[in-house]
Amino acid sequence: MAANEITSAEYIKHHLTNLTFGNHPVHGWSFAHTAEEAKEMGFWAIHVDTMFWSLGLAALFAYYFYKAAQKASAGVPGPLQNFVEMIVDFVNDNVRGSFSGENPLVAPLAMTIFVWIFLMNLMDLVPVDLIPYVAGDHGVGIAHFMKVVPSTDPNVTFAMALGVFFLIIYYSIKIKGVSGFIGELTGMPFQTSNLLLKPFTVVINLILEGVNLLAKPVSLSLRLFGNMYAGEMIFILISLMYSAGWAMGIFGGGLQFVWAVFHVLVITLQAFIFMVLTIVYLDMAHAEHH
Amino acid sequence: MNINLTLIAQLASFAVFVWFTMKFIWPPLVKAMDERKAKIADGLAAAERGQHEQELARERAAQYLHEAKQQAAEITAKAEKQAALIVEDAKSKAQEEGARQLAAAQAEIEQEVNKAREELRSKVAELAVAGAEKILRREIDAEAHKDIVESVAGQI
Repeated sequence: MAANEITSAEYIKHHLTNLTFGNHPVHGWSFAHTAEEAKEMGFWAIHVDTMFWSLGLAALFAYYFYKAAQKASAGVPGPLQNFVEMIVDFVNDNVRGSFSGENPLVAPLAMTIFVWIFLMNLMDLVPVDLIPYVAGDHGVGIAHFMKVVPSTDPNVTFAMALGVFFLIIYYSIKIKGVSGFIGELTGMPFQTSNLLLKPFTVVINLILEGVNLLAKPVSLSLRLFGNMYAGEMIFILISLMYSAGWAMGIFGGGLQFVWAVFHVLVITLQAFIFMVLTIVYLDMAHAEHH
Repeated sequence: MNINLTLIAQLASFAVFVWFTMKFIWPPLVKAMDERKAKIADGLAAAERGQHEQELARERAAQYLHEAKQQAAEITAKAEKQAALIVEDAKSKAQEEGARQLAAAQAEIEQEVNKAREELRSKVAELAVAGAEKILRREIDAEAHKDIVESVAGQI
């Protein structure tokens, strides 16, 4: 991207806009051509790039793991099975360490979260201009916008966190019953036997525990989104340096390498944190408070 | 950056993938790993057992060897003793035989001597009688002096 064609702000904005397909009030059902158009589409729009990359990566994950699972035997494992079993073992260890209840859903859920988030984050290491350039107006021209890192789309992180949140509510009610769950929300941390004070403590407890409960999905999703969004932003800023002369370009190349190496840690860590917190939250949902 | 329908679509696909993992990926993998774990544990136990058995067999073999050596030593000792006995026996038998043969030989010799003496005696008597006959032919009758001649011959 030459600097005389578009400004840096436009470049960044371009990179942060999803390929959105939706019902625009003026243009009807169409792809958005500007970030403003995407915004004007409101709720009834879909990020085609996010869906494509996240589902593609999930399919990749499902395909290889399914293949390994089909061939799984107690004999000597092949390379793919070895790799898959290493991940399974890793997730299993974490679930056993943090989750005290009995639930066949938790470990597969944790593995899906870990592998999927890791793969989505991994897309961050692809040079920011590569895929948008190939798919965009300068390449095959099928997409005006292209964000290849699905986890920098809050829709993705919020969808996962909401999924976990629903499971927390579901298991809280299933294990403790409706009254137990409400009692947990209203009966703590302040307790009183005075009937006059009771309404006050109930309200205060409800506020505190409600915030506590709602903070779980919000913090889960925003932590992942914030980390990935910031990392992506830095990659975009570094790639801006390539249009500022050869000295800055070389410096930028070095920076991109260093940041990518550091980011390897971040993407793994974020996937791991999301997984562990999911396990811990579900463990709390299963645990009876006394 | 906009929250929109993508959220719902992602939620649905998330649910589908979790379901898929739970249904088709997780159970066979965990089952295979558990089975392998059991198999390895069995193998290790078997190896341990084998080692133990080998140890026992080695001890047993050493014991057998020891016993065999002892038996061999016993047998050799016995054989030696018997050999000595046999030699001793043979020696005494030989001595006995020697003595017996010596005695027989002596007896035979004596017999021969007696016989010879008898013969000699008879011959001498005859000779003496013949001599005397010749003498007495000139002087005396052989019949008349027979008793004297016989008594002389009997003194030999």
